[in-house]
Amino acid sequence: MATVSLERIRKDYGTQAALREVSFEVADGEFVSLVGPSGCGKSTTLQIIAGLEEPTAGVVRIDGVDVTARSPGERDIAMVFQSYALYPHLDVAHNLSFPLENARMPKAEIEARVRETAQLLGLSEYLKRKPRELSGGQRQRVALGRALVRKPKVFLFDEPLSNLDAALRIQVRAELKLLHARLRATFVYVTHDQAEAMTLSDRIVVMSRGEVRQIAPPREIYEAPKSRFVAELFGSPKINVVAPEVLGLARQKAFAAVRPESFVLGEGTVRGTIALTELTGAETWVAVDLAGARITVRAPPDFAGRPGEELRLRPTRVLWLDE
Amino acid sequence: MKRAPYLVFFLGPFAWQIATSLWPEAELGRPLPSTVTLAAYRSVLHGPFSRAVVNSFIVAAATTALCLVLAAPAAFAVAKLRFRGRRMLLGGALAISMFPPIATVSPLYLGLKAVGLRDSLAGLVPLYATFALPLSLWILTSFFEALPDELYRAARVDGCTPFGAFRRVLLPLAWPALATCTLLIFIASWNELLYALTFLSSPQRRTIPVAIALFGGEHREPWAEIAAASVVSTAPLVALTLLFQRRIVAGLTAGAVKE
Repeated sequence: MATVSLERIRKDYGTQAALREVSFEVADGEFVSLVGPSGCGKSTTLQIIAGLEEPTAGVVRIDGVDVTARSPGERDIAMVFQSYALYPHLDVAHNLSFPLENARMPKAEIEARVRETAQLLGLSEYLKRKPRELSGGQRQRVALGRALVRKPKVFLFDEPLSNLDAALRIQVRAELKLLHARLRATFVYVTHDQAEAMTLSDRIVVMSRGEVRQIAPPREIYEAPKSRFVAELFGSPKINVVAPEVLGLARQKAFAAVRPESFVLGEGTVRGTIALTELTGAETWVAVDLAGARITVRAPPDFAGRPGEELRLRPTRVLWLDE
Repeated sequence: MKRAPYLVFFLGPFAWQIATSLWPEAELGRPLPSTVTLAAYRSVLHGPFSRAVVNSFIVAAATTALCLVLAAPAAFAVAKLRFRGRRMLLGGALAISMFPPIATVSPLYLGLKAVGLRDSLAGLVPLYATFALPLSLWILTSFFEALPDELYRAARVDGCTPFGAFRRVLLPLAWPALATCTLLIFIASWNELLYALTFLSSPQRRTIPVAIALFGGEHREPWAEIAAASVVSTAPLVALTLLFQRRIVAGLTAGAVKE
């Protein structure tokens, strides 16, 4: 168990700055996600924690110890990769034992740990199979197992679910959450999927263009985003960000932002025209044209409005944003 | 039957050579002889030529081993590690192999003489490496580049040193490319004539191409023996190629298409 802290990490590739002054701390046993659009530096940050990339400046500490100059093998971390990166020439048992052999662990203990990990992940029947003989979900488990078997201080995940199909992704997402609750280990998790970050994390680090934009628990990120960027990154459909006048509000800041679910329909002073309705089953998303903007609002599944009809709205919860 | 012209084109010369080696000397021009004879093979294998086969094998095997031992780690480093001058290393290797061998003969002669390796099989190995090493470096680099970076990173996180990751993870996956290189280097060294002819003078050190080139006597060309010697020296290459055939194709096209 361990803490991770990044202090003023910079990373330059030539003249290009990939990370500028990234600092954050991960508490012992905490599940922290790094989220942002591609190219925001989240994967680079993870690789710097792993020791696979060297920062241009700054310090990485694990459990309070400066590990910036240590090689990945000396940091007591384990990592799960997007492509799983299983060793194709080794069977499942040897994929699992590989990191333990490198650590020169006694044979009996290696065997015990491999057996224990295989059992935990339901891989016991597949120990003699090569990765190419496994399904995508099984490969994902082996990758997870290769990390678990080491009992490291910190687990690092680089978009581990993005190669799974949608149904399996949600299942494994839940399993990961249970696993974290059971191990109480420190997890650092990189994803571009805001829903994944919301459901899994204790805290979320939102990044863009090599900078940290906000660090907060999921609920705070969703309900009190500090910037338009963060507000628009989380929530699906996207939050409505408009000039306050469009919603008939007195201007407090430059933008008024209202989540699609934060409207009461059929009352209030805001009048719009229905442009489109989309029934998803549990709810209906209604695109409404107001004077000067199109917004999306949530309606019940039995919503009867049709395109072209007038709709009255009342926003119940408004977020005020500067930028 | 559409393939027939190709088969004739490619196999014709071999068939002709085999025929020449089996026909009695007096009947060489005839399409079908009155009898076939292995006399040429007997005389070739019992004569000094068998020594040449052994010499060629030694030189080709040593060149292959030397090149793979040097090129595999170098190619891995170029493909997976970040250091200054990676592209220069590849470009330099290519530039070196551009020199026409004949232009390098005189300086190499003086150089080999200076280090006491003239007229020795050991002297040929580094010379053959001058063309074999760049070739294997290029083939292996493109192969290692095609292996996912995440495999290398996973091995590093799992506690391997960079060389350990190469030896335990990437090298075991590289054998199609290693097979390709082995064949190409072995064939090139086995067939090399210019350096071998120039730098070897003792008859007992001759390699196969030199031995065949010097087969002719003053008054008579022993066609049957030359043909038999050619068949004997081609056979192992053909066998080796057939053995590795599928791997060679995999090795040559590695990285060419996204899988």
